[in-house]
Amino acid sequence: MTAQPTDIATYNFAYLDEQTKRMIRRAILKGIAIPGYQVPFASREMPMPYGWGTGGVQVTASIIGPDDVLKVIDQGADDTTNAVSIRAFFKKVANVAVTTETAKATIIQTRHRIPEYPLTAGQVLVYQVPIPEPLRFLEPRETETRKMHALEEYGLMHVKLYEDIARHGRIATTYAYPVKVEGRYVMDPSPTPKFDNPKMHRSPALQLFGAGREKRIYAVPPFTEVVSLDFEDHPFEVQTFDQPCALCAAENVYLDEVILDDHGGHMFVCSDTDHCEKRREEGHRGHLAPETHVAPGNMEPAQ
Amino acid sequence: MPTPLVVSDVAKSFTMHLRDGIKLPVIASVSFSIKAGECTVLGGPSGAGKSSILKMLYGNYAVDEGQIIVMHDDGLIDLATASPRTVLAIRRQMIGYVSQFLRTVPRVSALDVVAEPLVERSEDRESARGKARALLAQLNLPEKLWALPPATFSGGEQQRVNIARGFITEHPILLLDEPTASLDARNRDVVIELIAAKKAAGVALLGIFHDHDVREAVADRIIDVTAFAPGKIAA
Amino acid sequence: MTDEPLLRVSALSKFYGPRVGCDNVSFDLWPGEVLAVVGESGSGKTTLLNCLSTRLLPSSGTASYRMRDGQFRELYRMSEAERRFLMRTDWGFVHQNPADGLRMTVSAGANVGERLMAVGDRHYGKIRATAVDWLSRVEIDEDRIDDEPRAFSGGMRQRLQIARNLVTGPRLVFMDEPTGGLDVSVQARLLDLLRGLVTDLGLAAIVVTHDLAVARLLSQRMMVMKDGRVVESGLTDRVLDDPRAPYTQLLVSSILQV
Repeated sequence: MTAQPTDIATYNFAYLDEQTKRMIRRAILKGIAIPGYQVPFASREMPMPYGWGTGGVQVTASIIGPDDVLKVIDQGADDTTNAVSIRAFFKKVANVAVTTETAKATIIQTRHRIPEYPLTAGQVLVYQVPIPEPLRFLEPRETETRKMHALEEYGLMHVKLYEDIARHGRIATTYAYPVKVEGRYVMDPSPTPKFDNPKMHRSPALQLFGAGREKRIYAVPPFTEVVSLDFEDHPFEVQTFDQPCALCAAENVYLDEVILDDHGGHMFVCSDTDHCEKRREEGHRGHLAPETHVAPGNMEPAQ
Repeated sequence: MPTPLVVSDVAKSFTMHLRDGIKLPVIASVSFSIKAGECTVLGGPSGAGKSSILKMLYGNYAVDEGQIIVMHDDGLIDLATASPRTVLAIRRQMIGYVSQFLRTVPRVSALDVVAEPLVERSEDRESARGKARALLAQLNLPEKLWALPPATFSGGEQQRVNIARGFITEHPILLLDEPTASLDARNRDVVIELIAAKKAAGVALLGIFHDHDVREAVADRIIDVTAFAPGKIAA
Repeated sequence: MTDEPLLRVSALSKFYGPRVGCDNVSFDLWPGEVLAVVGESGSGKTTLLNCLSTRLLPSSGTASYRMRDGQFRELYRMSEAERRFLMRTDWGFVHQNPADGLRMTVSAGANVGERLMAVGDRHYGKIRATAVDWLSRVEIDEDRIDDEPRAFSGGMRQRLQIARNLVTGPRLVFMDEPTGGLDVSVQARLLDLLRGLVTDLGLAAIVVTHDLAVARLLSQRMMVMKDGRVVESGLTDRVLDDPRAPYTQLLVSSILQV
């Protein structure tokens, strides 16, 4: 498998044919021009099942160039099946450099997280989106939701938050937390934890969203207002964790719970694996960190 | 004495479309007027059209011919051709009506049924209820009934609620359709007092009273409705 | 100002292909007035109601509505955004089947609060307090505020629908058979409630019903429709006590006496 990637990449760079890429780029440009607006596009069959990031892959395939450096994360991790497979896919079909380091990547395709390391101008964050319509579970008719977006009728969105407070005493929505983009469109930020919502606001990076099964693309251009919906007396708040990462002792990051044994043992560790490793390399130690640190280095196996 | 209402050359018939459109003339060439501070009584046998005249004056029956001129808003209005909205305004401000039977409203207490006309005239609910209590007490309606909806009351009790509802307002014209029909002697006397008080207040009353004693007690003038029988040339 | 109607309808017609929905209907409606539209199924009364509430566009004719600024606006020339805004602020629509007018999967409180949130209320506590107030006005216990209407009886659902519509203080409410499908005691309670609300709030309403008793209780004016045309109109008690048109006489004589 060493020589083939180049061949495939040469035959048709980045898997999609050029007409398809043009069509998708047009959708992306329209999305950038109308921040938060869901642009329909002719989503293609991809060599992976729906739900595995077909929307994000098509967006990435349409914007990637030979000089790009790609990072793919799945729930913050660079080493899970989905992330590894997609990274391998682009290595094969576009022969691009890949990385796990947020700072080095030019394109980061993500499933449900925004990296902890702040993004910079010139970077592109590509989200994999399962259900792009934030109003979907409140109003099942697509004709009606489109009209509601068109007429800016977003009262219903607050009905959902109202229900949360009525049931739980607070806004209990923790992921896919609706945002208003540039004061106009209400947008589903994909099922990222609401912890990441503030990172979207005025981010210097370009954020693109692809929903393959639902055939929608939307975008948040750099430095765009992204405001999480809330009530005056129940303002938006992100999750907080009462302990630091067990491995790198980081605070104010998003943590995953990891089960250690079948006796209830568990720990909380950074969901962003790259961030965690960087910190450990810098010498930070959590209370469960191994004594002798096995430097993970570049997680990416070189085939 | 001002004349708040003048009826001239009014005719009324019913066309029964369900019976091949036969036309039943009721009355014709009805002309009279009523005066403030007077009680005018429509006389004549049953079926002569007394009730129909009252109903036309209240806008409840349509008028085929003629005019019913009412003073309203410092002007004169012909009720026979007035728009529904004008008729409603006249009912609100000028003409009150005590019907023969109470049309009950579900769930509304007798007290509120009586107070309602005042509330509709934007009077405060509590002060309206106060006046209603006074009237119901005057008409000897047992206090334990006041909070109940009148649907299950006896005929006499319902009639007293109806009278109270009709007399509570200060309409310059009051139409009375046999208000004493199902009352005992004591309450008949109360109604006579109420009518006298209205007269003293300058109200023009027009009524139908089958009870001879009541008629004698209240009538200033009796108009014989048989004179308006259709086919007759009005005198 | 008050001498002007709230709604002016002129020569309104709606055809479904060659079939007549409603034909050449004209009337004015004043603030605080309740107009009943009666007739049997297929007489065009619901078509008329849907045209007036802009849920349906008429084939011809005009309807203009006096906005809160006092200016008349031609309903069918408004943009959809304006019409929908009118619908959720200054108007209400009470459906015969409450499921058509409620969100069955969100709580009673949110059902009442939705219109407030739609016009920009963003204070949970105030929205909830308003919802509690309206639930009590339609005689729903405060402790049902977090229940879904699915758990409500038919009469409660209808009362909830009314609260949901009235919370923004509309000036005109359309009602399509508001008491249809309810048993008699529930119907009586609802009618009484509607009467009270209409009087207290000074609402204008257009009520479509085939039940003449409902029309008599609720309305001051009445239009009788047959085959899409208005065959008789006038004061409600005049039309019912002295029906002139053959069809109205038939309707009135068909009322069951209890």
